[in-house]
Amino acid sequence: MSTKTETAAADRRLGEDLLVATDLQKHFPIRRGLLQRQVGAVQAVDGLTFSVKRGETLSLVGESGCGKTTTGRLLTRLIEPTGGKITLDGRDITHLSAGAMRPLRRDIQMIFQDPYGSLNPRHTVGAIIGAPFRLQKVKTEHGVKRAVQELLELVGLSPEHYNRYPHEFSGGQRQRIGIARTLALRPKVIVADEPVSALDVSIQAQVVNLMEDLQNEFDLTYVIIAHDLSVVRHVSDRVAVMYLGKIMELADRTSLYERPMHPYTVALLSAVPIPDTARRDNRERIRLSGDVPSPINPPSGCRFHTRCWKAQEVCKTTEPPLAELAPGHQAACHFPENTTKLTIDPTGSAA
Amino acid sequence: MTQQEDTLGGAATRPPADNGAFLQVRELRVHFPTDDGVVRSVDDLSFSVARGKTLGIVGESGSGKSVTSLSIMGLHKKGTAKITGEILLDGQNLVGMAPDRVRQLRGKRMAMIFQDPLSAMHPFYTVGSQIIEAYRIHNKVTKAVARKHAIDLLDRVGIPNPKSRVDDYPHQFSGGMRQRAMIAMALSCDPDLLIADEPTTALDVTVQAQILDLIRDLQAEFNSAVVIITHDLGVVAELADDIMVMYAGRAVEYSSAADIFNSPQHPYTWGLLGSMPRLDRERTERLQPIKGTPPSLINVPEGCPFNPRCAYAGTNGDLSFTVRPEFRDVGGGHHIACHLEAQDRQRIWETEIRPKL
Repeated sequence: MSTKTETAAADRRLGEDLLVATDLQKHFPIRRGLLQRQVGAVQAVDGLTFSVKRGETLSLVGESGCGKTTTGRLLTRLIEPTGGKITLDGRDITHLSAGAMRPLRRDIQMIFQDPYGSLNPRHTVGAIIGAPFRLQKVKTEHGVKRAVQELLELVGLSPEHYNRYPHEFSGGQRQRIGIARTLALRPKVIVADEPVSALDVSIQAQVVNLMEDLQNEFDLTYVIIAHDLSVVRHVSDRVAVMYLGKIMELADRTSLYERPMHPYTVALLSAVPIPDTARRDNRERIRLSGDVPSPINPPSGCRFHTRCWKAQEVCKTTEPPLAELAPGHQAACHFPENTTKLTIDPTGSAA
Repeated sequence: MTQQEDTLGGAATRPPADNGAFLQVRELRVHFPTDDGVVRSVDDLSFSVARGKTLGIVGESGSGKSVTSLSIMGLHKKGTAKITGEILLDGQNLVGMAPDRVRQLRGKRMAMIFQDPLSAMHPFYTVGSQIIEAYRIHNKVTKAVARKHAIDLLDRVGIPNPKSRVDDYPHQFSGGMRQRAMIAMALSCDPDLLIADEPTTALDVTVQAQILDLIRDLQAEFNSAVVIITHDLGVVAELADDIMVMYAGRAVEYSSAADIFNSPQHPYTWGLLGSMPRLDRERTERLQPIKGTPPSLINVPEGCPFNPRCAYAGTNGDLSFTVRPEFRDVGGGHHIACHLEAQDRQRIWETEIRPKL
């Protein structure tokens, strides 16, 4: 995506790692009995390593229960990681307290999935979008009201909507209000959890275009969590495919969609319904059987082996590492597709 | 084109129907009187589905697609909805039929798969007992026979280990399994008409593919008529023989699935196709959204309901703003409700719309 940068300094910094997760883990304990002894854990996120570069859009995709939402909440530190490390702009935020995190919230904001649940029905739009200014005690040049009205215009709403309540708006408009609130403090990173999945098709396209415009205007970095592979291809620079708390494949958009390496990615892509009747009958579809296994007792070895058509003995015993099999293309599989080499590319840099 | 001011109730709207079809809906209107005014959820809708065929109804929220399906099933609460027109199920008119008689048909002749299986199934009863109940209402059999039938059905829809899962509660099933169980319940009496209202919207894409395959296989086996209601054009492209696009409670386009995707004629259908990012095409730099939002069904815009959002409104004089476009056959059974002249439609589609998709 071509991003116009205003200063040479910003230009230099474009492309450097802004948000880095290293071996990130989140296990939710399961407690039972009188003493609330821990009897197990939901391994929602289990060892994620990835980085988000300044100005890019990284998408996390996967089926429900793969840990993508948990990852988003970890990155924004809405929940405490069990292990691993998160750095934002070079600063370790893994275990910062709520108070220490607060000044950093200007830099990292979140767009929520449900435009109905994420806006307080008893607050006016002005109060909702103005809240970040008040909470962060940010002085605005012409007062909060003016700033909020500018934000409303920016996201395609009318400044007269200032005194209205959320129920007076449609789903798409509410999502715009959420986006305006997110933008109030000019964050560096926006984590968007299913930003368009609750919207109608025609409205979805409006919001996708708005997010792209805003990214170009404010040099935003997006982490987009989504399950719709078509939308993800449209918005992302790089895509991470998750399954049961692990990254299965991480690559730039073109190589992931054109040369998927992990069998799970191949299956996901082949399952997307294509709006073309001519291709209905001669399409080869990989049918995955069954459901995603429970993250309480994830399968041994490769987590995907129970549903994989290429699985062999080694998949049950040894977990494949997420390795760079082509430049910029990482996959965690013993028998990857679309590659001639079965081992790590010796010319490629180590992942 | 008729210069009739009001095509409502006029003879202009002809059902795109053949009279032998199993389900025929003619000039259906479903209106809800409220304190704020009359909500015209469905206005003058006609369609038909034959046995062994699948009709896809596509539209955004509030376009009246779910209200239509609930009217067919007779599930609107008495007194809240004013339903007029005809719904002929194998020749019997369901509109105005006594609720008891509709109940005898519901489940046996026609059945429905709902969007959200968690709220459509009773949390307090086991999956098996809910299927057994449906089966025993319409068939005088013993509990043991019905239970065996339930197990067979669960097996048929692909639930592993059905003998023990039959005694599970809905919450013990995953989303995909619940949807399968609901399909099993809908199929318990071999209905001739199956209505699926957003059957895969709540599901993941791999599970969605499984459910769509299942619906297709079952239809081939039972030769039932299927109506599939969805907002996802990809899903209807997979399943439907015919597609009806709805907007603001009306049909705006109706044709074979191939026509809808290869030569759509209505600007709203163009808009829907342009709004969707597609995996089977080169990635476009920008999506082409439809401007604005769907109208309130209390104050449906004058003239063509789509005119405030249509890029081509006003191309043909001020017809778009004053006259309801009639829903008419433009050749080969392709019905649309649009004021654009045939050559304009063709030109816009060829030169402006298709290259951008």
